Amino acid sequence: MYLGRVMGSIVATVKDRNLHAQKLMIVQPLNPQLIPTGKQLICTDAVGVGAGEIIYYCRGKESSFPFLPAEVPTDTTIVGVVDEVRAEC
Amino acid sequence: MLIGRVIGEMVSTEKHASHVGRKAMIVQPVNLDGSNRGEAVIALDSADAGVGDRVLLVVEGFSAMTAVGRPNSPIDAAILGVIDEVHLD
Repeated sequence: MYLGRVMGSIVATVKDRNLHAQKLMIVQPLNPQLIPTGKQLICTDAVGVGAGEIIYYCRGKESSFPFLPAEVPTDTTIVGVVDEVRAEC
Repeated sequence: MLIGRVIGEMVSTEKHASHVGRKAMIVQPVNLDGSNRGEAVIALDSADAGVGDRVLLVVEGFSAMTAVGRPNSPIDAAILGVIDEVHLD
């Protein structure tokens, strides 16, 4: 999993039917020092997060597992809200 | 599998149910010479690793879920073991 900050959300009316009712959040990946690293991406949301929150997200096929038995076509999903990061470097 | 160095811990209260009860560690993948190899990841711990430990790391869903014992969960990285020694011939 990877750290990120929620920058906003995306609204799409016409989309894959299996994405129906999914929140699509814009996420800026962060490094362990919480400094932005890399490019923003769109994540589905399995916990219910809001803009500005520091979160962690899962990549790959595993991203669709929180929504089982629905088969949601996603490659990144927010799986937790981060309270604290203790990193030495 | 990769060699990683545990550089920190992450605390999260609100998270996916499959992550509850497992420590989330920040792990920096490293090369054999100890230099950094790519970006740090958040891995669930199945080996009781601590900060500073050199660990065996997987960054793929099936192996990570199996190690943590939570099938069909949004888990894409896990610590499988703590490395005592590396022998190079």
